[in-house]
Amino acid sequence: MIAWISIGITLLLVVLLARPTGMYVYSAFSAEGTKLDRFFGPIERVIYRLSGIRPENQTWKTYAAAVVISNGLMMLLVYTVFRTQAYLPLNPSGIANMEPRLAFNTAVSFMANTNLQHYSGESGLSYLSQMIAIVFMMFASPATLLGVVMAFMRALSGKPMGNFFVDLTRSITRIFLPIAIVSALIFVALGVPQTLESTTVAQTLQGEEQSIARGPMASFLAIKELGNNGGGFMGVNSAHPFENPGAISNLLQMILMLLVTTSLPFVYGKMVGNPKQGRVLFVSMAMLFIVMLGTSLTAENAGNPALNALGVDQQQGSMEGKETRFGVTQTALYSVVTTASETGAVNGMHDSLTPIGGMVPLVNMMLNTVFGGVGAGFMNVLLYALVAVFLSGLMVGRTPEFLGKKLEGKEMMLIALTLLIHPILILVPSAIAVFAYPETISNPGFHGLTQVMYEFTSSAANNGSGFEGLGDNTPFWNISTGLVMYFGRYLSVITLLAVGGSLAAKKAVPETIGTFRTDSALFGVVFLGTVLIVGALTFFPSLVLGPIAEQLTLKP
Amino acid sequence: MNILTISLRLSLVLMVLTGLLYNMAVTGIAQALLPKKADGSLMYNKEGQLIGSELIGQNFTDPKWFHGRLSSISYTANGSGTPNYAPSNPDLLTRANQSVQDWKSANPDVPVSNLTMDLITNSGSGLDPHISPKGAQAQIPRISKLTGLPVSELESLVSKHTASRQLGIFGEPTVNVLKLNLALQQATQK
Repeated sequence: MIAWISIGITLLLVVLLARPTGMYVYSAFSAEGTKLDRFFGPIERVIYRLSGIRPENQTWKTYAAAVVISNGLMMLLVYTVFRTQAYLPLNPSGIANMEPRLAFNTAVSFMANTNLQHYSGESGLSYLSQMIAIVFMMFASPATLLGVVMAFMRALSGKPMGNFFVDLTRSITRIFLPIAIVSALIFVALGVPQTLESTTVAQTLQGEEQSIARGPMASFLAIKELGNNGGGFMGVNSAHPFENPGAISNLLQMILMLLVTTSLPFVYGKMVGNPKQGRVLFVSMAMLFIVMLGTSLTAENAGNPALNALGVDQQQGSMEGKETRFGVTQTALYSVVTTASETGAVNGMHDSLTPIGGMVPLVNMMLNTVFGGVGAGFMNVLLYALVAVFLSGLMVGRTPEFLGKKLEGKEMMLIALTLLIHPILILVPSAIAVFAYPETISNPGFHGLTQVMYEFTSSAANNGSGFEGLGDNTPFWNISTGLVMYFGRYLSVITLLAVGGSLAAKKAVPETIGTFRTDSALFGVVFLGTVLIVGALTFFPSLVLGPIAEQLTLKP
Repeated sequence: MNILTISLRLSLVLMVLTGLLYNMAVTGIAQALLPKKADGSLMYNKEGQLIGSELIGQNFTDPKWFHGRLSSISYTANGSGTPNYAPSNPDLLTRANQSVQDWKSANPDVPVSNLTMDLITNSGSGLDPHISPKGAQAQIPRISKLTGLPVSELESLVSKHTASRQLGIFGEPTVNVLKLNLALQQATQK
């Protein structure tokens, strides 16, 4: 009972915050002057002057080029930091330079908002790297995509696309920095360390020596969750008692993960001048979320039949890979939130979830539309909305329209291409890995396939959580997932900006009685159907071979 | 060309702003307002020697202590981790069987049905500082026999160190094993 109340309160807080956050995000990016300019304007003008930015509108091509070039340069800068960290200051624990393939993987991983980590934070990165490389990217990466989704929405609503450098700056100064500073300090009050002192050695009660790693963790944690980054300061991420000391810090982390991404439907509704449009999409995604959560909770509470058969007290459910302070409820909830929002932080080991409990995060990432990461998720949602409109148009036999613009061959080709990229990036490399590198898979049987698929799904969806039993710090995994993450991120950014550019260039057609309304419950149903049919047709066979087969073979 | 130079300059500016200034500002404020927590909630004994962190579990193997969760890394807190066993992994079953056998020989007076799931499973971090209250209670008969402390005193120790759900709703009730064992140590030295 109490478990359900805690979940209910968590979700209620998320829903209550979504709209006000959306209104704030809308005015933060507004081209017209707002009250926010008085406060943030002076800081931003300094940044513009230092960087030589002139806030003029860009075409979709210039906007996309600015995204790809700036992000590419950032990766290069950060790669250099990783490769030379041993010679740089702020390295009290004497960490060595990172090897090139791992540094490549890490740089792409954080720039692409994935935060797949093939290193362990305690031993792989100096404090300087954690700060000016990792934390920097944790701001720059979601800020990039928030800018892109704002540009896409502007294009859909017939406004000029805006300027990428202005959007990037505003994302950081107006949204990510202020919220991160406040939540970082709350995290410290809840017990998360924030220090530049090195690892310390304690004399334990039993008379052994215990080295305790720590560092500037609270500031890292705040942007890790808020920006849907998800990479851990410590190897085990938010399962580490320093990185998530209790259920309240756990709650705050979940709220931060969903804060910006759940607000975007409302931004969209306001932008296109029809709040109902946004609400329909929000409610549809919330319904998918509830189904996922229910499935996961049922599976985890039932526990592992094999362990239950030992005759021990099984009231706690499946506790392998989970922390006592979170238990089954908060771990299952967190696993759904982190994969729905494509954050990738974990507070328990997803590899040790029950088969069906582990399938839920996997499906969240495959669909990539249950809210999704900042910007990227909502871009996907709009993509599926366009497909839904197109399908409806075909069914009634008239040219489909979305927000008064005709959807034609050119847009649909770009959309179909974007839809295909995701499964190709997941399934093709998975097949290669299973065939050529079986020795890196740690769990035998059907679960091994799930491990591999999870890694590539997580990469393609820019989530970053892992079935961590996988021996993934090898040249094959570093290079293959690095490429999957890169293309998973930037190909769809380019194709969708192109769709936006193409739609923006069209003349609006007047709405008639025959226009298919995209702000009705009926559209919500068609939208959900599209997501599920496309998702199911693409991935169902592989799910049967992985988690479903494993569940069927778990015998008491 | 213009995009390239703006990109480079903006990247460097943002790197300084979000990488350096942000982290340093938060560190400064945290150290000024909440130095103990910001340093990692460290615990010292009367002689001022560092004995651990209240947030990080410790390795207790001697049967006279309360034991924590299984840890594949023996609670070495310069790293963190777990074997990531899948539910279907035969090694998981072997290990759990071993834990149950060990429990039976160390706690002959306590039926296996009182042994809680958290005591035979690996935590996520390998550093879990907590066990469930039931998991602590199940260990009382063993510890009473080895230390000579009466069961009633141990029961009150456990209930004194049982933390309820946060705000009464969130998470699970927990017992901090390190703090409980510190109290146990004081009780036996009396």
